[in-house]
Amino acid sequence: MITIKDLCFAYPGGDFQLEIPTLSLEAGEKVAVVGPSGTGKTTLLNLIAGITVPASGSVFMGDQLVSAMTDPERRALRASRIGFVFQDFALLDYLSARENILFPYRIAAGARIDAQARARAQELAASCGLAGKLDRHPNALSQGEQQRVALCRALIMQPQLVLADEATGNLDPANKTAILDLLFARTAEQGATLLAVTHDHELLPRFDRVIDFSAFRRTEGPAA
Amino acid sequence: MNAFFLAFAYLRYHWARSLVLVLVTALILSVPLISQVLLNGSQTALTERAAQTPLVLGRRGSQLDLAMNALYFSDDRAEPVTMADADVIWDSGLGLPIPLNTAFETNGARIIGTSLEYFDFRGLELAEGRQMALLGEALLGAKVADRLGLGPGDTVVSAPQNLFDLDGVYPLELNIVGILAPTGTADDEGVFVDVKTSWVIAGIGHGHDGVLDEAATPGEIVASASIVEFNRITQDNIDSFHFHGDPGDYPVSAILVAPNDARAATILRGRYLDAENPVQLIVPKEVIGELVGRIFRIKALLDAVTLIIGGAALAAVALAVFLTYRLRDGEIRTAFKIGARRGMILRLLAAETFIILCTAGAIAFGITFAVQSNGSTIVAWLLAT
Repeated sequence: MITIKDLCFAYPGGDFQLEIPTLSLEAGEKVAVVGPSGTGKTTLLNLIAGITVPASGSVFMGDQLVSAMTDPERRALRASRIGFVFQDFALLDYLSARENILFPYRIAAGARIDAQARARAQELAASCGLAGKLDRHPNALSQGEQQRVALCRALIMQPQLVLADEATGNLDPANKTAILDLLFARTAEQGATLLAVTHDHELLPRFDRVIDFSAFRRTEGPAA
Repeated sequence: MNAFFLAFAYLRYHWARSLVLVLVTALILSVPLISQVLLNGSQTALTERAAQTPLVLGRRGSQLDLAMNALYFSDDRAEPVTMADADVIWDSGLGLPIPLNTAFETNGARIIGTSLEYFDFRGLELAEGRQMALLGEALLGAKVADRLGLGPGDTVVSAPQNLFDLDGVYPLELNIVGILAPTGTADDEGVFVDVKTSWVIAGIGHGHDGVLDEAATPGEIVASASIVEFNRITQDNIDSFHFHGDPGDYPVSAILVAPNDARAATILRGRYLDAENPVQLIVPKEVIGELVGRIFRIKALLDAVTLIIGGAALAAVALAVFLTYRLRDGEIRTAFKIGARRGMILRLLAAETFIILCTAGAIAFGITFAVQSNGSTIVAWLLAT
């Protein structure tokens, strides 16, 4: 699904450098990324999604070389094949929960909100316990509910890869478990790969594999 | 469509901010438009009415004040001239003098004491009722009648000039006998009476019951100390109204002069050229032409000021919009991360700006249209105050 080879990335003018000789994720795999702040976890997600491009090396998604794509091609890839879940939910305050879930349709090239899309949004929301709350704006939802909306938004386009950047970081323990359950269940249902950055070591046993960035900025190994 | 949907949703959700931006932009757009409309209206009103008024006689002093008072019944009144000055014109046989006495008001409208010739001179027609014929009768201009909701059979009372003016202007109840058809000029804002009625208001003429004390002993002539002056002229008391003093001394604010022809006009103008003469004869078209010239010189300056202020205000609006975009940086980054096309984000921001500008433009156009629709009223009010 995802293959990284000889990747090297550095921020311009910064002393941080991320080097990953090799890394691969299988389709449907659930992988956690752990490590102290500043070790490049979010950078890894950005490189895989084509938000940033490496100085050298390659990032493949399936048989597509993401690191060689043009900016519009990478945007199209993200819109159609990658779902994002952020720590701060990143919902649009002026849109209802329903419109937030459908937001990727509004920004993706060629996507159109039809009855099928609306039905899928309704179904996803219902499966995440948001039925009856779709007309509410984010400020009328709890944090757990806001993250569920963000989760639905990440899954609405049926992506092959879901990238979660500390998706449970702002949630209480009960919501943390609930969101993770939903994340696992929905991605499994869609056969999507999940790559999640987390600081919560209690959650690690639930993943298929853990990539630890703490030692050398690049560590890869099987879960305990 | 998606860009417009999102832009509209954003503007609607943040309605207070959107409202302020729209109103500020609408004001920036409408101020130059309104000033242009009013200036054009003023120019037209000023020049048309001035062109229809060949000559005006009045007390020497500000020619502009005299023209504005005689044409628009403005508050700028010089010392009055007298009916003797009108008689001089009449006796010359060179033109027709039409007196105007604009010293009094009623219900916020100017009372214009004049002669019947004024109505022919201005081409005024009756919309309702009949022409005034008796002392104490009044015709209302169309807008005054509309504003006060009065018609033939009603009355209006002249306003006292001073509450403590014990020997002067007493309120006189005027009988409304007709309404003038609208003309879109200052005449719509006037209450017209015969010039003699204006002198009754001034206290020069009056009516009262019998002077003699009927309770006095037969054979003795005793004046009553309790004379009752009439404050309304009726069929029963009209015969008791009389005037004191020399009619030649009765005051009028100005005298419109309709010369027989161009030659007569030239001769008349020549007779009042002497700077020592306390009376002057002006050509309103020249006076107003000079005023319009000044107005348009000022307008050029006003345009420059408006341009600078408008530019500064637009820059402030642009800054507000820019800061809003900065506030939405997180949203834009989210959209970018989940795959929004660059053009989509630009279209979203452009759609918001477009909606704000279009709404503001529509409001500015609406305000300007409303001002233009009532332009004659506003211009008449501006010219009269």
